[in-house]
Amino acid sequence: MDSTSTPGTSTANGTHAKAWREGSKPEVGNWREKSGLAQMLKGGVIMDVVTPDQAKIAEDAGAVSVMALERVPSDIRRDGGVARMSDPDLIDGIINAVSIPVMAKARIGHFVEAQVLEALGVDYCDESEVLTPADKAYHINKWEFKMPFVCGATNLGEALRRIGEGAAMIRTKGEAGTGDIVNAVTHAREVLGEIRKIQHMDEQELMTEAKNLGAPFDLVLEVHRTGKLPVVNFAAGGIATPADAALMMQIGVEGVFVGSGIFKSENPPMMADAIVRATTHYNDPDMLAEISRGLGDAMAGLEASKLPDDQRLEKRGW
Amino acid sequence: MVETPSVSRQNSGEADEISQLKIGVLALQGDFIEHIHMFRKLGIEAVEVRKPSQLAGLDGLVIPGGESTTIVKLINMFGFAAELHAFVDRGGALWGTCAGMIVIARELTDPYPEPLGLMDICVSRNWFGRQVDSFEDQFEFNGIEGGPFLAVFIRAPVVESVGDGVDVIARLADGKPVAVRSGNRLATAFHPELTDDSRVHEYFVAMVKEGATVR
Repeated sequence: MDSTSTPGTSTANGTHAKAWREGSKPEVGNWREKSGLAQMLKGGVIMDVVTPDQAKIAEDAGAVSVMALERVPSDIRRDGGVARMSDPDLIDGIINAVSIPVMAKARIGHFVEAQVLEALGVDYCDESEVLTPADKAYHINKWEFKMPFVCGATNLGEALRRIGEGAAMIRTKGEAGTGDIVNAVTHAREVLGEIRKIQHMDEQELMTEAKNLGAPFDLVLEVHRTGKLPVVNFAAGGIATPADAALMMQIGVEGVFVGSGIFKSENPPMMADAIVRATTHYNDPDMLAEISRGLGDAMAGLEASKLPDDQRLEKRGW
Repeated sequence: MVETPSVSRQNSGEADEISQLKIGVLALQGDFIEHIHMFRKLGIEAVEVRKPSQLAGLDGLVIPGGESTTIVKLINMFGFAAELHAFVDRGGALWGTCAGMIVIARELTDPYPEPLGLMDICVSRNWFGRQVDSFEDQFEFNGIEGGPFLAVFIRAPVVESVGDGVDVIARLADGKPVAVRSGNRLATAFHPELTDDSRVHEYFVAMVKEGATVR
């Protein structure tokens, strides 16, 4: 075996990364390092935090990473207006407060916000529908960054388009800031169901399927061959209890983002701790019963299906 | 991936011994599945370990890459600490990769988290910096043949100092130790499980086999 081979290039997206490196632009980032950090987050909980103190609470509770924000999604929803990247001072404060990786959000298509986040030393950029989109047609070209990106998706075509643009991690979108799990379930089932379908297709059918999904053909081939997304896939948008987290894990995602669900609950440290434990022991109902006891009230929910169309964040992204 | 035939499977008698080995991978958080796939490709039985009771009957245990603060917290929360000490004391082989190296250290240069003290090494977390400072490197690995080993460092730690009886088996060009061994304990600052090169896994299997023979 050739020990100097580059295993990252054995995947279709590794090939994209290689082509990018060998193209006219200088090498930026390394696919295995970028997608590898997401591998390290698997089985974990990524928590939204708005202050250094909250970041400490999240780290103490066992979060694998924190998302540094000015407002959690439920407050963005309540306040309305244009939601933008967070203040660099806030992000610095959170980076300095914890030793775990820190993520931050940029608006869809706003590559300068992403450049700023990279300059601040943010470990992962979430190009997020929770913020107000900056571009109505195009997402950020994520190959241009050394900082890895996570992007939201509601179905497999959207997930593979984002990966084709260089996303090193995917999260299903759900409906952020509602505490209603229904869209997270719908999106995860959509992505995983389409993967199962492609896995069992005849090879002859794959090009038409790629056309129908609007997805890069080589990534469709890779999904057919491996039966999984080329990157780590978490769930987000509506997780508010330990049982919600375990539900998403049993459906087949590899970890969870919890936004408003922790710091909008009655007892954030206890809820954070319980969701971490439930994400590890997601398949053990006796443990889950113990974990779910005495947590106080979960966040107040907002039924996702009652939201007017213009307030559905899941619709943002192309 | 091209599978390298394991050196230790060259005759059928040894193949029988190998087939009886059982290696656990601590599956509380992190990239445990990549380790399990690597061992299974080598023909070794590998299982996820989520509860202390699942350590019974194992010949070796891997603590994988992940977030060290999270893994330490879950180890303590689910009552693993004393059981892990007992496992190593009775001759079970132990390997920590990246976060796993931090977890098993005697001492950290950070105040947090509190490591388990399963190996006499002092470790610095996130030594190279943040994610944008992650990198790959190639170096020789003492005890592993076949040329330099490609290593992936992701927000990686390094070994600052080692106690008596701990051998440094791989270093970066600047001399920083990134793989160390002491008897039945192995620690690597990088992630062999993220590459197609199974030589460090084979090295650990040989350690596990030695331990199983001693017992």
